[in-house]
Amino acid sequence: MSPLLFLVLAALTVVSALTVVVHKNPVHCACALVLTLCLLAVFFLALDAQLVALLQVIVYAGAIVVLFLFVVMLLNLQKESRAMAGALLVGSGAAGGAGLLVLLVVALRHASAPAASQVPAGFGETATLARQLFTAYLLPFELTSVLLLVAIVGAVALARKPT
Amino acid sequence: MTPPLAWYLGLSAVLFAIGVLGVLIRRNVIIIFMAIELMLNAVNLSFVAFARSLGSMDGQVIVFFVMTVAAAEAAVGLAIILSMFRNRETTNADELATLRW
Amino acid sequence: MSDVAITAAKALFIVLLIVQVMGLGVFFERKVSALIQDRIGANRAAILGFAGLGLVNTLVADPIKFLLKEDVVPAGTDRVLHFLAPVLSLVPVLVTFAVVPFGDVLQVGGRVINLQAAELNVGILYVLAMVSLGVYGVVLGGWASNNRWSLLGGIRGTAQMISYEIAMGLALVGVVLTYDTLDLQVMARVQGGYLIHGWLPAWGILYQPVAFLVFMTAGIAESKRIPFDLPESESELVSGYFTEYSGAKHLMFMMSDFVEVVLVAALVTTLFFGGWQVPYLLREGFHLPWGAALALPSWVVALLQVTAFALKLVFFTWLQIVIRWTLPRFRYDQLMRLGWQGLLPVALANVVVSALVIVLVAGRAG
Repeated sequence: MSPLLFLVLAALTVVSALTVVVHKNPVHCACALVLTLCLLAVFFLALDAQLVALLQVIVYAGAIVVLFLFVVMLLNLQKESRAMAGALLVGSGAAGGAGLLVLLVVALRHASAPAASQVPAGFGETATLARQLFTAYLLPFELTSVLLLVAIVGAVALARKPT
Repeated sequence: MTPPLAWYLGLSAVLFAIGVLGVLIRRNVIIIFMAIELMLNAVNLSFVAFARSLGSMDGQVIVFFVMTVAAAEAAVGLAIILSMFRNRETTNADELATLRW
Repeated sequence: MSDVAITAAKALFIVLLIVQVMGLGVFFERKVSALIQDRIGANRAAILGFAGLGLVNTLVADPIKFLLKEDVVPAGTDRVLHFLAPVLSLVPVLVTFAVVPFGDVLQVGGRVINLQAAELNVGILYVLAMVSLGVYGVVLGGWASNNRWSLLGGIRGTAQMISYEIAMGLALVGVVLTYDTLDLQVMARVQGGYLIHGWLPAWGILYQPVAFLVFMTAGIAESKRIPFDLPESESELVSGYFTEYSGAKHLMFMMSDFVEVVLVAALVTTLFFGGWQVPYLLREGFHLPWGAALALPSWVVALLQVTAFALKLVFFTWLQIVIRWTLPRFRYDQLMRLGWQGLLPVALANVVVSALVIVLVAGRAG
């Protein structure tokens, strides 16, 4: 990925992320979130993570945000009149966010990682990821499937109308 | 010249800070949820960038698990919001602050 | 010619092909439905007295009519979303064609061009991703109409689409297990083998018949055609989630409906019926099982393969049209019950049985 393309896409990602947290209409925020997630999938593709990029689109952009949209529409949320907290809280929140950003940038600048330009064969492909999932990470894989089962049962139990 | 690792980490830090900002300043719990998803995605970007830089697939496996956990959490969280809305008719975090009134 | 130019040429070919197929397909649908309903069908447009040439009039007049109509946006609604919904409905369906292979290779002046616009090694997942994104056109279309019946149609349509996506994905898992790859072009090539001493082409339908039925059903449900069209239900909700759209936006919704029919036909052909494979045709020419061979130049082979693909595509499009005009509509709860309690367990069982057969019979493990 050329540096120019990276900068353009990164700027677009930051703008749509800001739209998610600043815009007053919840449906527009959800659409901005979809755009952010799809742009992140493009970054994943540039980082040789093809399976993860497509999973991002299928799972995050295609299912989770649809769930968000469903809830927004079910609750019939319109444009909000009191979207943000009072000025004091917004100011201190912005200061906190800026402080966190400075902290992260300082911490990461002094982190050193080997600049590996060659990756092993089959990096980022489905077969390699699947082999890791079913050998080294088998226990987390099984626990995650139990977690999903618990989440399904819990969501259905919580969202059902009390009879 | 491919963008160095530092650029990806910088983008991830900016997205994470925007997510934190969203959680702090918005009052609608659903938008707060979306900001949490944004934070999780920023961390996913970091993991994938490090996986590429170190040449190890472990980063991508972790991203797989983060996505799954985020999906489970979004489902349960939205179910909780739905049932709270049924009781209180509001999604404003200030009004949902106490368990009983 | 650079790689970018070749890819652009392939993409342009596909886009032009789809646009033509769509125009022809609409006319095709009208004529087939007329045959089924024992009437004549669209015959009012004629050139020089030949009604058959009136097809051209229909091809040209229909889009022009749609494009010149007034674009009515309902009052009090979100204009941005109203504009965006048809685009979000059409674009994901169109771009999925990038991974569908329409031929084997074309050898031009020493270059071997793979006849597939985007050579992704995770092609099947890309198809699933674009199908997932197609949901947004429906839900935003219903919401942006400021009309509670459209919203109802939109929500129902979305719930139906995400339910049948799951069955579709699981049917594809069985297919991926059989071919051991996610790339559609490799799947089409693998189906070039032969069974029973070289007589029977080893097409996917012989290995995964259950997956074919599940995928076809889920595909028809995804494009919300009859018998799964309660969200749209032309005789009940007017047009469901796209009632409030007129002119070019309505054209885009109709286009996305028909392009999805062609997409489902293309996927079924590639996964289960050999894609561009012509029985007994190899890259050098015909190799018949009783030993006779016929050598052909490479461009003739490529032409035969593309023609075979087109014919199979036409067949499956015709099949979906016949299904549309034959079956009555499912009620919504029947539809959801079929998706979750019918297709999903069947697709899961298919995955388990396929995996068992592959490990025990074919001896392939890991």
